[in-house]
Amino acid sequence: MDFGIFAVLAQDGVTNGAVYALLAMALVLVFSVTRIIFLPQGEFIGFGALTLAALQGGQFPKLIWLLIGIGILTFLVELGSALRQVRYKPLPKRHLMWSGVENLCYPLFVWALAHTFNWQGMPMVVQVLFTLGVTVPLGIMIYRIAFQPMAEASVLVLLIVSVGVHFAMLGMGLFIFGPEGSTTLPFTDWSTEIGAMLVSGQSVVVMVVSASLIGGLYLFFDRTLYGKALRATAVNRKGAQLVGIGTTQAGRMAFGLAAALGTLAGTLIAPLNTVGYDTGFVVALKGFVAAIVGGLASYPLAAAGAILVGLLESYSSFWASAYKEVIVFTLIIPVLAWRSLTSGHGDEE
Amino acid sequence: MKMSTKKLQWLMFGWFFLFPFLPVPGYWITIGNYIGLYSIVALGLVLLTGIGGLTSFGQAAFVGLGAYTTAYLSTTLGWSPWVGLGAGLVVSGLAAGLIGSITVRLSGHFLPLATIAWGLSLYYLFGTLEFLGKYDGLSGIPPLSLFGLDLSSPRVMYGMIWFCLGGCLWLVLNLLNSRPGRAIRALAKGRTMPEAMGINTAQYKILIFVLAALMASLSGWLYAHLQRSVSATPFGLNMGIEYLFMAVVGGVGHVWGAILGAVVMTGLKSQLQDWLPLLLGSNGNFEIVVFGVMIVLLLLWSRDGLWPWVAAVWAKFHPPEPEVVAPAIAPDGYGDMKRRAKPEPGALILEVNEARKQFGGLVAVKDMTFEIKAGEVVGLIGPNGAGKSTMFNLVTGVLPASSGEIRFGGERIDQLDSRRIVQMGIGRSFQHVHLIPHLSVLENVAMGAHLRGKSSPLSAALRTDRHEEAQLLFLAAEQIRRVGLGDYMHTPAGSLALGQQRILEIARALCTDPTLLLLDEPAAGLRLKEKEALASLIRQLKGEGMSVLLVEHDMDFVMGLTDRLVVMEFGSKIAEGLPVEIQNNEAVLAAYLGGIE
Repeated sequence: MDFGIFAVLAQDGVTNGAVYALLAMALVLVFSVTRIIFLPQGEFIGFGALTLAALQGGQFPKLIWLLIGIGILTFLVELGSALRQVRYKPLPKRHLMWSGVENLCYPLFVWALAHTFNWQGMPMVVQVLFTLGVTVPLGIMIYRIAFQPMAEASVLVLLIVSVGVHFAMLGMGLFIFGPEGSTTLPFTDWSTEIGAMLVSGQSVVVMVVSASLIGGLYLFFDRTLYGKALRATAVNRKGAQLVGIGTTQAGRMAFGLAAALGTLAGTLIAPLNTVGYDTGFVVALKGFVAAIVGGLASYPLAAAGAILVGLLESYSSFWASAYKEVIVFTLIIPVLAWRSLTSGHGDEE
Repeated sequence: MKMSTKKLQWLMFGWFFLFPFLPVPGYWITIGNYIGLYSIVALGLVLLTGIGGLTSFGQAAFVGLGAYTTAYLSTTLGWSPWVGLGAGLVVSGLAAGLIGSITVRLSGHFLPLATIAWGLSLYYLFGTLEFLGKYDGLSGIPPLSLFGLDLSSPRVMYGMIWFCLGGCLWLVLNLLNSRPGRAIRALAKGRTMPEAMGINTAQYKILIFVLAALMASLSGWLYAHLQRSVSATPFGLNMGIEYLFMAVVGGVGHVWGAILGAVVMTGLKSQLQDWLPLLLGSNGNFEIVVFGVMIVLLLLWSRDGLWPWVAAVWAKFHPPEPEVVAPAIAPDGYGDMKRRAKPEPGALILEVNEARKQFGGLVAVKDMTFEIKAGEVVGLIGPNGAGKSTMFNLVTGVLPASSGEIRFGGERIDQLDSRRIVQMGIGRSFQHVHLIPHLSVLENVAMGAHLRGKSSPLSAALRTDRHEEAQLLFLAAEQIRRVGLGDYMHTPAGSLALGQQRILEIARALCTDPTLLLLDEPAAGLRLKEKEALASLIRQLKGEGMSVLLVEHDMDFVMGLTDRLVVMEFGSKIAEGLPVEIQNNEAVLAAYLGGIE
């Protein structure tokens, strides 16, 4: 291998690693706020990329149908839980009205927007923002329906729920988008040469976007009071509630952010790879491997793990391309062994 | 609720055995075969998830290991399928042992995550390895034969599969109803309680992970010789998830839930695969949407799955009977069971010398010094947050001391873990009771007898441990009568009042044959009558020569009960003496009532 190939592989690895890092961040974020291991993260990658592709192809983004449907379901769940408590407290009218706006009106508004404008001609940033406008509420609604009623359950139960949600979303993705994948337009055609290495603008965009998001999240959770409050909810839900931290709000926020990060990851990889409804799961799992390097708790370690996973993948695709996935997923074994040796006793559930 | 539904269970099982003799179409036999194969895997998951509190999404990969091992050996190398069975079990067992041993010390959710990654990586490996036929897989696998008997027809394989399932069920049920079985059940309660009973939690976790993998591997072996060809697809992650769903749907805490779950999921899947494409107008595995939604709803409404519901209906017609019963008279050799020699009354048994525990900058226990003599009841008291519980944790080995010495019977114990300490003769109870609520009082107490027996999981599964088991159960029953809970022997522990649960914990601690009993706030939250009962039990134990260290903050409770009191505040000892002296000690009064600043 000469230096040129080495450099190209390194660039590839770091670019992919940057995407895995975003996903790993989202996973650490959701886990540290809600104790949920958020497997459906992967579906947002596919949903995001395919919605963006539909916008760019001048088609109606069908994900909006899912948003409308899940919105109705969420409203019904809210209504049901309000009616169940009607014997003990008056019907929370304001809350229900707000929930109606959020879950019934907003999806219709998005639907109308999709029909009114010609999205094909819009700048890419606007298209991505519109995509986020569809996927982020979806993430929040899913939290409301599937996880919020069980927020007190053990990590294990939440994990099984998570897998259930993953299955349901995967199947719905197949129904909505069909089995074929799509690619999206590149962000930029610009490229430059640094020494012998050709640096593509695409890679630069991916790295810059990832790095700034990761930096922002890190500052938010480590330096702001609100961020610290969110972390407190995971450590001790009851205690956090008692000191006035809204655990439900925290969960909604975590899921909204995770959906946004998943969607962004999808839009970042879609110009380079064909993304189908089910591509995201394996990509998100690589984010998982990275998050596990950080023990599902440390943002910087998870980011480092993500770069490691990206590089490993890129070099193994050069030397043993058939075994690329095997090598990446087997990495988890030495990583866990290392964590097991360096950590103290396993903590209690 | 623990109920005996033996008749229902064997009726269900008997039905599946008779099923192929009925004039049913071949398709039904195929479905029955799959139910059997899936049940074997789900049974392993019940053991792992519902009973042991671990979980795995990678069971399909172990099924694949079993299937591919026998496929490779019997096609490429032309060896007998029976060698393939053994080889598959060895390969899966070793793989599970490796994964288990590296994840066992991490928190519970790392194992399922590891199994997801491992399941995927093995799936890709099956699909890429040249000698395993890449994604086409291996075909032309010979059928099974037994003593010249050809087992190739699906109807005959049905018998073989359900015979294997029956065997696994028998072994698992035997195992659960034994000393190692109680250790496995204790795992679901975390680490502290089982370790305090002398149970090596890491070892038992690896054990159940390996057992679940072995059952999956057996299922894979049967699958390969039923199907006569293997390819990677049925061993992917989705199947691994479906196996877990089967266990959850059936009732993950119940051995029989495995079969029920496999029946429901297999039936549902075949129906959905017929109907959904018609309904939706396109092809695809849309049934996963239904499965996903179903699992979420089930966990929302009935976390225990369907089996308890079926069992409750059955119990209306056939009232349950206790499953685990202690022998009425002492079994042979009971008198010869090893018992610790009692120390001379007045001999020094526990010495705490300048013990200190630091958490970062916080000194929770600051150079504590006190001692306990044989036959004494000593109270360790102090206001909330004084460091009593940390001191307790140092003596019981839950935490290692930062500096100083703790000696028990002359030997240093300050760096030993709780498993070692209970072996030396310190028994303990918990402030927040650690019981398995659905198990009977007898079974809960018998967990304390773990160190008094040595039967292995294998001998338990094969029922060669019955003599020792009778001794242990009799021992447990004796302790229950000793503490006065004789009338509740077969009551589920979770339905006792808090005071009785605390007393149950003392009985469990007594099973470890302690010379020193440590009770952590035993009177907290008890009503007056319960406190009186507890106090009279402690007096009775003292009368029998037991030494007791009580950690309490209820002054009234300890005053009439203890020989001596040690008072802590802010991690340090502020007073020590007879209860009467302590009552009039100014420092103590200041600590309890608030001093003048």
